[in-house]
Amino acid sequence: MNPIPEVLRLVIYLTCLILFAALNAAYLVWVERKGAGHIQRRIGPKEVGPFGLLQPLADGIKLMTKQLFLPAGVDPVLFKVAPILLLVPAVMSFVTIPFSETLVARDINLGLLMIFAFASVNVLGVLIGGWASNNKYAVISAARAVSQNVAYEIPMLITVITMVMVTQTMNLNEIVMQQPNIFKWYVFRFTASPLMPVAFLIFFICSLAETNRAPFDLAEAESELIAGAYTEYPGMGFGVFFMGEYANIVIGCAVTTILFLGGWQCPFGLAPGWWWFLAKLYLLIWTVVWIRWTYPRVQFYALLNLSWKVLIPISLVNLLLTGAMIKVF
Amino acid sequence: MSEFALSQTQETFVMNLGPQHPATHGVLRVKLTMDGEYVVRAEPVLGYIHRMHEKMGENRTWAKFLPNTGRMDYLHALAYNHGHVMAVERAAGIEVPERAEYLRVITTELNRISSHLLWFGAFVLDLGGFTPLLYAFDDREQILDLLEGVTGSRLTYCYYRFGGVYNDVEDDFLVGTKAFISRLRSRLPMYHGLVTKNIILIKRLKDIGPIPPDMVTRYGATGPVARGSGFNFDLRKNEPYSVYPEFDFDIPVYTECDSMARYMVRMDEMEQSMRIIEQAIDKLPEGPVKAKKVPKTLKPPAGDYYCAVEAARGSFGVRIVSDGTNTPYRLKLRSPTYSNLSLFEEASEGMLLADALALMGSLDLVIPEIDR
Repeated sequence: MNPIPEVLRLVIYLTCLILFAALNAAYLVWVERKGAGHIQRRIGPKEVGPFGLLQPLADGIKLMTKQLFLPAGVDPVLFKVAPILLLVPAVMSFVTIPFSETLVARDINLGLLMIFAFASVNVLGVLIGGWASNNKYAVISAARAVSQNVAYEIPMLITVITMVMVTQTMNLNEIVMQQPNIFKWYVFRFTASPLMPVAFLIFFICSLAETNRAPFDLAEAESELIAGAYTEYPGMGFGVFFMGEYANIVIGCAVTTILFLGGWQCPFGLAPGWWWFLAKLYLLIWTVVWIRWTYPRVQFYALLNLSWKVLIPISLVNLLLTGAMIKVF
Repeated sequence: MSEFALSQTQETFVMNLGPQHPATHGVLRVKLTMDGEYVVRAEPVLGYIHRMHEKMGENRTWAKFLPNTGRMDYLHALAYNHGHVMAVERAAGIEVPERAEYLRVITTELNRISSHLLWFGAFVLDLGGFTPLLYAFDDREQILDLLEGVTGSRLTYCYYRFGGVYNDVEDDFLVGTKAFISRLRSRLPMYHGLVTKNIILIKRLKDIGPIPPDMVTRYGATGPVARGSGFNFDLRKNEPYSVYPEFDFDIPVYTECDSMARYMVRMDEMEQSMRIIEQAIDKLPEGPVKAKKVPKTLKPPAGDYYCAVEAARGSFGVRIVSDGTNTPYRLKLRSPTYSNLSLFEEASEGMLLADALALMGSLDLVIPEIDR
């Protein structure tokens, strides 16, 4: 059936996914800088290449040529392992993301579960990186990152359970197929639960917090903790962390798109394909950038209060309501 | 909450905030004793940018010290110019022409607005919002352009002279200033919409970093810090100098004592400064801008003189002791931020690190002025 041998297929997918993650990381930085420039009434990068398009390349070369300096007192093994621990789970999560009906590396039944399993690993990268750095700012940052991730994983997973109850599957491609047009997108599926838009919002807020993005960027709050867990990282150590961060943002937005916004399906049922998926994905990513350059940072206890006192009760109510609706109708 | 945290103290660690740290905006070092994220003790360590301005003043002639004054509080340099020239004029008994006094008021208030704009941006940056900084800089740029046309420099001004100002202004400056005021009037609602009414910002400032009135009096804090704690104290009204009594303006006072109150005081002060400038431009008299009989070598009669002005951060006082020669016998400067910083140690006790930094930002520190 399959004209391409399995091994070759694997290699092609692996190369493409790593390339996709790396290119995204590089060009999301460019988007972020250009976007920030646009929001702040300045130009942003413009010198290297047309519209500064080669700037990420220049940054990459700069990072790669820097010495991988080990500061005194760091744990040499953990210090080097930490960035990889952040990046690898993020890239692994791409494996199950359906870019279109056929364009998916591994169309497995438990795709959703796998993504969230990997998503809880990457906080380990920040924790180990902060701990191994032998820097007080980094340790504070690591502690913040862990408690933040624990707090926000709960409402996020409750929302995911709600979604699984509604969709009755964990296969991402099947979830997408259930949403052929805009009225059947889960964000507007009021027949499943009247709180669906709220669930979408909770999920999006949680994915902002999980990926350490503003206004929840407490782990690398530069006016408090300098660069947080990444303070001591030189050159590509920092670069890999950075790539992991952006890969996580892409994953977060991709899962949001698949669960709520119909993935690769067209809003009007026309020509479904990967272009729709990417359009929705980058729209969400642009929203993330937009939020970052608009809001100040929340306090740490406000962040935890928001999760424990607001998001968790609402998502629990949503879970019960959805369960009741499934039982009744 | 903080008391509970402090009672749980078993192990603390010392963390250096600065001398190079993004939140200290300069070379201030704060030695923090922390219990987790709680600040047990915050001890400011000064001296990293000490340049002996006072001693320099005692080793050079009165006029040669003028450029130094602009290099202490580089954000409100003209107020420091003003304090020094006023003290020397009082000592030497020099009369200043009225037009010069008006120009001093216009330029010093413009400079006050630019200082508050920069503080606004930097403060929101401390709270993690990057964009307002660049909006504020956009407006501040206009002021710098205006003042550059008059004084010749953009930051460390040296525009005032004993007995007047360096040179007269052109009509362009007055027209440009009016245009700038109408521009800023239309921009301030945007700042309030973007920042002041933002729920995250309100939560970060409301009831955070309280400075009770008795702490203000004990440490001698002045300026917006005192006015945010309910003190109606502004030297422009309380000990009027120059031509301030001729203008109709209000002193914004808030009684909440928190960081939000200090924030609001500065935002309101920008509006009041614009009112003063408008009136001053309308009333600007014709005439010379320099007193005629100012001797080239100034030798004020022996004596002890003190003069204070309201700078953007509080009362800036100049005390000069003259022995009748061409250099001061003693020059003592009272800079507002030094007192304002001193209360940080007491006020920040038991706060979370992020809140302590919000408090520090609301004090509006300019380090070269603390260290002089």
